[in-house]
Amino acid sequence: MSLAEPLPEARLRARRWTAMRRYLVLSPPLLWTVVFMFVPYLTLVVYSVWRAEFPLAVPDFQFGNYVTIFTDPQYRNVFLRTLKIASLVSLCALLLAFPYAYFLVFRVRSPGWRLALYMAVVAPLWVSYLLRAYTWKTILGTNGILNSFLISAGLIDEPLTVLLYNQAAMVLTLTYVFIPFMVMPIYAALEKIPPSLHEASADLGEGHLSTFFKVTLPLAMPGVIAGFTMTFCLSFGDFIAPMLVGGPDGQMIAGVIATQFGAALNWPLGSALALTMLVFILVLISASDRLERVGQGRLA
Amino acid sequence: MTVVQEQVDIVPVRAKGRRRSRNGLGARLAWGGAIAAILAFLYLPIAVLVLFSFNSGRLLSWPIQGFTLDWYRKLASNEQLIEAAWNSLYVATCSTALTLIIGVPAALALDRLSFPGKGLFRKLVLLPIALPGIITGISMLTLFRLMGANLSLTTVIIGHATALLAVVVTQVYARLQRLPRSYEEASADLGASGLQTFFFVTLPNIRTAVIGSGLLSFTLSFDEIPVTFFLTGRDNTLPMYIWSTMRRGLTPEINAVGALIVLASAVLVVLSVLLLRDKPGGRA
Repeated sequence: MSLAEPLPEARLRARRWTAMRRYLVLSPPLLWTVVFMFVPYLTLVVYSVWRAEFPLAVPDFQFGNYVTIFTDPQYRNVFLRTLKIASLVSLCALLLAFPYAYFLVFRVRSPGWRLALYMAVVAPLWVSYLLRAYTWKTILGTNGILNSFLISAGLIDEPLTVLLYNQAAMVLTLTYVFIPFMVMPIYAALEKIPPSLHEASADLGEGHLSTFFKVTLPLAMPGVIAGFTMTFCLSFGDFIAPMLVGGPDGQMIAGVIATQFGAALNWPLGSALALTMLVFILVLISASDRLERVGQGRLA
Repeated sequence: MTVVQEQVDIVPVRAKGRRRSRNGLGARLAWGGAIAAILAFLYLPIAVLVLFSFNSGRLLSWPIQGFTLDWYRKLASNEQLIEAAWNSLYVATCSTALTLIIGVPAALALDRLSFPGKGLFRKLVLLPIALPGIITGISMLTLFRLMGANLSLTTVIIGHATALLAVVVTQVYARLQRLPRSYEEASADLGASGLQTFFFVTLPNIRTAVIGSGLLSFTLSFDEIPVTFFLTGRDNTLPMYIWSTMRRGLTPEINAVGALIVLASAVLVVLSVLLLRDKPGGRA
């Protein structure tokens, strides 16, 4: 017991350091987040109540930009379209990711193979996002790889023009780009399910399907919700893929914001749009957090 | 019926492993087909990207006309592209260093300290993970404009470091939570100063998380567009250069850059898997 007793000097020294250490550890990240995160969001708020006088933003205090956003049907349409595309992307990603994650957790028995197949889905995240979107543009184009392949295979005579520059191409590309974000949380949720629960369910005479719907799916819900939210938010705020593969009807909200800060030079309106999007996403994230916690309560 | 019988027999024996699932040939084929289709969906486009970088024709259409390395030779003499690549390397290195310098203490503070405003701090730091990059980009643009700062690679670095902070913080924080505090207490009791404890006890234990998140930040920064788009001045980064070439037209030259990036990414993935393998029992 006396051996474990710390030396008084060391104790003192350790204690003297704590205040200093706290200060050292805390100040750089605190300073950084305040200056480069908190303040920029504030300046965004400031800009959003300014007035645009092309090509300048004039200091003011009015809510005209917000009124425009909520009354001009143009913005409502863009918002609804973005909502639709992001939902479709998340749904498609879910339909692909869930079976994949399920297969990895419950059907692959060798840990090595499981790791390899998991990495196979996550690895594309490391490959440039831009190039992964670009390659779909080269595949789907009118004279693109898919069309020319189908023609040379004799399946079609004329190139299909419906492949590129539309909403389907956007959904396809965004699903492709963001699917890892769906697989990861679902895999994590499925992996946490103790195998004994399945055995218990089987012992109690439940079939595979009813075990799936009564045991596996409810316990996987937190992962599904997390993945859905992540994929939704990422595709909701994307403006690169729509510019690459989207058509005239493919303008998404982030693209409109980018235009306001670029060619249209209407920073106040762009700021107001960005803040509206920010609030929408924050509401979505906290709602999904709450849902996830409800779901996690079941395993506890 | 026999299938069910077999399962009941096998389950108790395989105590640790997963329950042996239905092994009907049909089920296996269906699963195999579905998984192969998903993998094809993931990798065929990347294969196409690489394949067409060797296409001797200028058009990106099937069939491939012939094998050539011309596009790679063109890359090697494209000065703008090379300059953009150096810029990206510079930006990714600096922003990764910055995120680590700020992110590791941030994770430490979130895990080990309590201070007023901690909840808000946590929310702010983690926000960029789910927040579209465009919001980080334009909010910082408005700040720099109000400050009268000129846009340059420096503003891009600050933007990347801010956007990627969340990546480092989440990974290091998760590792810290698994690290018993008693290690640090023991170190302090044995007379080590705070800095000594950090460098000789804490840091070696969170090393893999720091390296892993650093590698990931580097890659993400190297690829970043949404923040760069708003914060860059006259200098282009590699993705911005590729992006502007793309909008002018598609050429196999872009595929060649793409193939090189795929190669570099593959190396990084393998490296991270090798570096980050947690050996059970051994010190991380």
